[in-house]
Amino acid sequence: MIEFFQMGGYAIYVWPAYALTALTLAVSVIAPIRRRKRLIRELSAIATQKERSRSE
Amino acid sequence: MSQNPDTWLTRFHRLGSPPSFYRLAGILMPFIAIICIALFVAGLYGGLVLAPPDYQQGESYRIIYIHVPSAWMSMFVYAVLAATSAISLIWRMKLAEAVARASAPVGAAYTFLALVTGSLWGKPMWGTWWVWDARLTSELILLFLYLGYMALVAAIDDRRTASRAGAVLAIVGVVNLPIIHFSVEWWNTLHQGPTVTKFDQPSIAISMLIPLLLMAGAFKFHYLYTMLARVRVEILDSERRTAWVNTLVTSKAS
Amino acid sequence: MKPRRKQRLILVSLLIAGVAVAAGLALLALQENINLFFSPSQVAAGEAPANTPFRLGGMVVDGSVRRSDGSLEIQFDLTDTANSVTVAYTGILPDLFREGQGIVAQGSLGTDGTFSATQVLAKHDETYMPPEVTEALEKAKAMGVQ
Repeated sequence: MIEFFQMGGYAIYVWPAYALTALTLAVSVIAPIRRRKRLIRELSAIATQKERSRSE
Repeated sequence: MSQNPDTWLTRFHRLGSPPSFYRLAGILMPFIAIICIALFVAGLYGGLVLAPPDYQQGESYRIIYIHVPSAWMSMFVYAVLAATSAISLIWRMKLAEAVARASAPVGAAYTFLALVTGSLWGKPMWGTWWVWDARLTSELILLFLYLGYMALVAAIDDRRTASRAGAVLAIVGVVNLPIIHFSVEWWNTLHQGPTVTKFDQPSIAISMLIPLLLMAGAFKFHYLYTMLARVRVEILDSERRTAWVNTLVTSKAS
Repeated sequence: MKPRRKQRLILVSLLIAGVAVAAGLALLALQENINLFFSPSQVAAGEAPANTPFRLGGMVVDGSVRRSDGSLEIQFDLTDTANSVTVAYTGILPDLFREGQGIVAQGSLGTDGTFSATQVLAKHDETYMPPEVTEALEKAKAMGVQ
C-alpha cells in the first residue's frame, strides 16, 4: 500500500499531476452547472417581479 | 419539399433550435456523466493499480494516463473549435457559434494540463521542467491560441462580431495542429515520437494501452458534458427574453 | 448551395490554405532553429556553431562512460552510428542515463574536440513495456532468435 503512494520514488511528481488534473476537470464541469442554476434563479426572480408589477 | 413534420431532416433542423437543443442536452447529460465517471474509475484503476511499471521509467510513466489524454483532447477540442468556427462563418449557424465559444475554455484547460503534467513527467525522466523543442513549443502556442480566442471574443461587445472575429483566429490557428503532431518527426526534439497515433502498431504493452484508451474515453465524455453544460448556459443567456425561457424559469422556481 | 454561402466557403478555404502556405514557408526558413540539437555527424561536418553553446544529441556508446573518482566528473561518447563526440560533464545525471540511452547535452565544443556540457538530458523512446517483456526480449536476442 505504501509502495503505491511512493510511486517508486516519483510520488512528488505523480501525485501533484493527478491532483491538479482532478481539480481542473472538476472545476471545468462544476462552474457551468452552478452558473446555470444561478442564471435560472436570476431570471425567475426577474420574471416574478414582472408578474407582480403587472398585477399591481 | 416534404411538409411532413416527422421526417429526419426536419427533426435535425429543429435540433438546431435553441429550445430543442437545450432539452435534448438536458436529457443526455446524466447518461454522459455516468459513462464519464465509469470510464474514469476503470481507467484510473487500470492505470494506477493494474498496469505494470515501465521497464525504463518505472512508476513515473503513470503520468501518461493523464498527460496523453489531456494532450489528445487539447488538439481534438481545437479541431472542434476550428470546425464549428468555419461552419458558423459559412452557414451562419448560431448553435455552431455557441459550441465554439463553449469549447474554448475547456480546450485551454486540457492544454494547460498537458503542459503541466508533461513538465512533472519531464523533470524526473528527461532532467528538465521545460525545453524549447518543437513539440513543447507548438503545444504552448496552442494554449496561446485558445487564450487569444477567449480574449478576442470577450473584448468585442457585439456578440455576432465577436464570434466572427474569434472564428477567423480559430481557423487560422488550425495550421498548428499538424505541426504539433508531426513536430517529433519533422525535427530533432527531446520529446519522443508517437506511441499510439501512428500507422504502425502501438509501441506500448496492451496492459498499459487499455487504461490509456479508457482514460482517453473518459476525457472525451468529460469534454462532451462540460461543453453541453456551457452551451446550455449560453442558450439561456442569449434567449432570456423569449417565451420558452420564461416558461422554463418560472416552472423551475420552487 | 446559395451563392453567398459558396463565396464564404471559398473565402474560408483560401484563408486556411494561405495560412498553411505561410506557415510552411516560415518553418522551412527556420529549420536550423527548430531542431533542438545537432547530431555528431553534423558536428563532424562543421555545421554546429563554433563560439556559442549548442545542443548535441546522440546515443551513449557502450563502454565509453568514464567517471573520475571522488568527483562528479564524467566523460562519455555520444554517437549517431556514423560519428561520435566525446562529452565531458560535471554534475548529477538524469535517472535514465545509461549506455545506449539517447542523450541531449547542452554546451560548447572545445578546441580539442571535446564537448563541455553544462546540461545533460535523457531522451527516451516511445516504447512502454513491463520489465518481464524486455527481459524476455533480451533473452531471445541472446539466444539468437529474431
